[in-house]
Amino acid sequence: MKARLNFEPAAWDVVRADAERAFPNECCGFLFGLEDAQGRHLTEALPVDNAQTGDQRRRFAITERDYLRAERHALASGLQLLGIYHSHPRHPAVPSIHDLRVALPYFSYLIASVYPEGVHHARSWQLSDSGRFFEEEPLFVQREGAAVSPRLSITNP
Amino acid sequence: MAQLIIPTPLRKFTAGAATFTADAPHVGGVLNALAEAHPGLQPHLFDADGSLRHFIRVYVGDEDIEALDGVNTPVAAGTDISIIPAIAGGISHRP
Repeated sequence: MKARLNFEPAAWDVVRADAERAFPNECCGFLFGLEDAQGRHLTEALPVDNAQTGDQRRRFAITERDYLRAERHALASGLQLLGIYHSHPRHPAVPSIHDLRVALPYFSYLIASVYPEGVHHARSWQLSDSGRFFEEEPLFVQREGAAVSPRLSITNP
Repeated sequence: MAQLIIPTPLRKFTAGAATFTADAPHVGGVLNALAEAHPGLQPHLFDADGSLRHFIRVYVGDEDIEALDGVNTPVAAGTDISIIPAIAGGISHRP
């Protein structure tokens, strides 16, 4: 099990709103924050256009220029580019073979499962040290008084 | 000296360094200097034949070197070079 991933509420709200806006297509974007011994603290989410040509209901792609913009933003803001988020419309937040095929080490891959009613749950994953599979990261939103899901996922936070 | 921005996922091979500077006349020279300074990066940047891996793009400023002169693209002092990994994915089956 990887270290925990803590979302600032405002950052999580950006991801959720983007997933619901893009439905039934997949959304995508970047996650920024800081990392320490306790885990990763996500303070900012940056939505970008899904650049996938073809069926965006089951694929996403991020342009090189948007990636460049994200790295520059991290350098300028003193934050770390910690991961990528995307949505799985009408599907659970579990990485697919397509996600694994192009996954990079180190990044947190947050997936939001979204239905017509809205985001149902979200889970986050990191590539294993071997690079052959994903390991789940315990995911929390730091809302005051919010209960922590024992299933380590967000259910309509 | 050109400054190269190392993508976050590859910084584990540069002891956390976000940037690398090298004095080389072309992009290829800067990339080779980077790989020599941080050998763990070599397989993530280059195929066995020495060409750049297909899912890696390199930009000089805001331009893809593929639209310029590839690894032979000249670099001026103060130029920013960026290594950009492909980012994509999606669900497995048609809904």
